[in-house]
Amino acid sequence: MNFVWTVAWRLLREGRFQSALILGGVCIGVAVVVYITAIVNGLQATIVERTLSSQAHVVLRPADRLNQPVMPAAKGAIALADVRKRTQRENTIANWARLLQLVKATPTVTGAAAMASGPGVAQQGGVRKSVTLMGVNLADYRQVVRLDNKLVSGQLQLGSGQVLIGKELAADLGLTPGSRLRLQSASGAQDSVQVSAVLDFGIKDLNRRWVLLPLRSAQNLLGYRLDITEIYVRTSRLYEAETLAANLSAATGLTADSWQSSNGQLVTALKSQRASSLMIRVFVTFAVALSIASVLVVSVVQRQREIGILRAMGTPAARILGVFLLQGGIVGLLGSLLGSLLGAGMAVGFSRIAHTEDGSPLFPVALDSELFVSTALIAFAVGVLAALLPALRAARLDPVEAIRG
Amino acid sequence: MADVLLLQAVRKSYGGGASPRVEVLHGIDMALEEGSFAALIGPSGSGKSTLLNIIGLLEPPTAGELHLAGKLASGLDDAARTTLRNRYLGFIFQFHHLLPAFSAEENVLMPMLAGVGRISRADRERARMLLQRVGLAEHAHKRPLQLSGGQQQRVAIVRALMNRPRLVLADEPTGNLDTQTAAEVFALLHELNREEGTTFLIVTHDPRLAATCPRQLKLLDGRLL
Repeated sequence: MNFVWTVAWRLLREGRFQSALILGGVCIGVAVVVYITAIVNGLQATIVERTLSSQAHVVLRPADRLNQPVMPAAKGAIALADVRKRTQRENTIANWARLLQLVKATPTVTGAAAMASGPGVAQQGGVRKSVTLMGVNLADYRQVVRLDNKLVSGQLQLGSGQVLIGKELAADLGLTPGSRLRLQSASGAQDSVQVSAVLDFGIKDLNRRWVLLPLRSAQNLLGYRLDITEIYVRTSRLYEAETLAANLSAATGLTADSWQSSNGQLVTALKSQRASSLMIRVFVTFAVALSIASVLVVSVVQRQREIGILRAMGTPAARILGVFLLQGGIVGLLGSLLGSLLGAGMAVGFSRIAHTEDGSPLFPVALDSELFVSTALIAFAVGVLAALLPALRAARLDPVEAIRG
Repeated sequence: MADVLLLQAVRKSYGGGASPRVEVLHGIDMALEEGSFAALIGPSGSGKSTLLNIIGLLEPPTAGELHLAGKLASGLDDAARTTLRNRYLGFIFQFHHLLPAFSAEENVLMPMLAGVGRISRADRERARMLLQRVGLAEHAHKRPLQLSGGQQQRVAIVRALMNRPRLVLADEPTGNLDTQTAAEVFALLHELNREEGTTFLIVTHDPRLAATCPRQLKLLDGRLL
């Protein structure tokens, strides 16, 4: 029987109505926080995953060729120049094997693939469709972009003379695995190839345009000789892609774009969503703290005489302080347990209600143990902090005044 | 026998600064012998409560010295006074002031729990013994509100004795009891005084009850007569 524990617990149990009020407040607040966090985290993870499912995390491209002045202006003289941006037509990466090895050896890089891409036309039965020819080494490419889950029909293989196409293009040209089609590049080079698989990249435009073919074939068609145009990179630290891009750029001398810079609007949207959910959580936490504090203040006033008696019989002020701080902590902890259950229930209920057309959940809610543990810890801390004012008030009561009432 | 309480020229005044300064106690000298049983009487406004609060270390005197159990107890800070209160003093209030959230036995144990922070088996035995002594053994686990007024006051009396205090201060302990019960409670205080050897100082309005005390201290206008 410990004084602080016993008295704190008994007073909470005795003041049933107040304790119920305060627990209800904490419970609802925590439920909102858990619900919002679970929904937002789940939504963001899903959006990022879907967006990046057919994108590289970092893309390395040749540095832009810039116009260099032939004759620098004399010191102190002002040069007037009308500079037009050069076309970057023939800008490719030569001697890329060494760079690819360098990139692959970089920490946090889980995959890198050389890519020779350029514009082209796909023809079949008199129908011509503008496409993007993407020459890859399939094994490398699959380290960067997951294809297994995108396979609609056929087999994921890319032997000589084979291509992988999107399902919209397949529909437009009436192609199935095994069918042949003719590819033509902008320069006029042509090749007859066979479809080995039809893929769904998740975005109609990509399904209409992307044609994956062996790196050699693409280089021949596009007239790049042995050069490539990009290096695709995948990293294990998704949210550090910008740093990685900067590092790779410095190491290779190429321009590097992270997925964040290629998806600026998405990143901004995600950031502002996260910021607004953080705001909601912060304000809800404040509201919870205020409700704990206000109920405890009332409780201290109501129990003034009892506190005075306890002080008179020789209870140190610190123990009285402890009693009310602990009450705040208990209320915070219990409320967060109840609130976590409620919030998790709401989030699961939401994911049951919100379906996509095919009946699968719109997105999975992210309910991890870390969320519950951190919520409980924060709720406990907020409870104790919120109880500080009432507790100080209780500890500073003058016993004589308190007993007199 | 030694004095358990000694007051020398104790003064108490309130106010000062903007409000006029009012002196309530004008130099009190008194001593209580160990094991004595004294009544403190006086009309309302004579300073009884103030004197009792000073002796009870709830308020510091403005001037003068107070010795409790041979220790100088005036001029101490709140923490030190709190410790002394817990160790040497027992309080009985007019309105018993039991804690409603705790059983009779827990209320009796409270001074020990409050001072030490925890309860030993010996403490529990003493609490039970005390309750049995005042005929409340079978009510030990009842809450105060389930007890009659006389029973509540008896619980409050043995609570004051829990820590084996040297001095028990009682402020109108029978004030809200009927005559019959009041007489019984007073008789009980006398018995406990003899059995436990605890010194009692009792503030009372009732001249008949005061007459039963071996010693009577009369306070009038802040002075002991």
